[in-house]
Amino acid sequence: MRFLVYFVAGLAGGLLGGMGMGGGTVLIPILTVFCGVSQHMAQSVNLLTFLPMAAISLRVHSKNGLLDTEGVLWMALPATMLSVLGGILVQNVAGGALRIGFGVFLCFLSLYQFYAGIRAAISGNQANKQV
Amino acid sequence: MPEIKSKLEMSAAGCAAGAVNGVFGGGGGMVVVPLLTSVGKKPPLVAHATAILIILPVSLASAVVYLINGWFDTELFIAVCLGVLAGGFAGAKTLGMISPASATIAFAAVMFAAGIRLMV
Repeated sequence: MRFLVYFVAGLAGGLLGGMGMGGGTVLIPILTVFCGVSQHMAQSVNLLTFLPMAAISLRVHSKNGLLDTEGVLWMALPATMLSVLGGILVQNVAGGALRIGFGVFLCFLSLYQFYAGIRAAISGNQANKQV
Repeated sequence: MPEIKSKLEMSAAGCAAGAVNGVFGGGGGMVVVPLLTSVGKKPPLVAHATAILIILPVSLASAVVYLINGWFDTELFIAVCLGVLAGGFAGAKTLGMISPASATIAFAAVMFAAGIRLMV
């Protein structure tokens, strides 16, 4: 039963992630709010399950010529170092505090998504009018 | 020297995305995509694909930190992993059948509600 609940949570997260809408940012709150998984554990499982999905997606994107590696190392190297530091830092943070911080992060992300979505809707309408 | 300025901007952007990904165990991609389009001047589809390339080593590195600290549950990992893979394929196929703008707005609403739920 536990397995099935976790599987459905992963399915929901993967579905949204596959549609390009930040899989992990959905998967983590689903696991903590509905499945009673601790914040640290949810974050860990999200990082791990992202890896195989990312590897498969990259193969497809690479075949479709969608990867542009120019200047990417300048972003990836500092990002990798900071992610290790961030991960170490957060090990000493209590689950409750981390959960609140994650909630704040989600709200900020959603505000940006609202902005991007409304902007896309407006430009979509304009494109329709031109046709 | 616009070259150096752009490299510094990319590095600063990488620091922000990496820190977020390590602290919150995800979400780095959501930060990287808009940065790749604005700072990196890449088209949206390329930015989405390339963001995965950047976040892969980033997630791998922070996953190791979480693993070392004992955050691993075999059953949870296998169940979620299978779900994510199945859902990911279904989601990729569904993409294009719905309007991206309305999907994004609906998604934002769900995320906002989840964010509030986590805070209270």
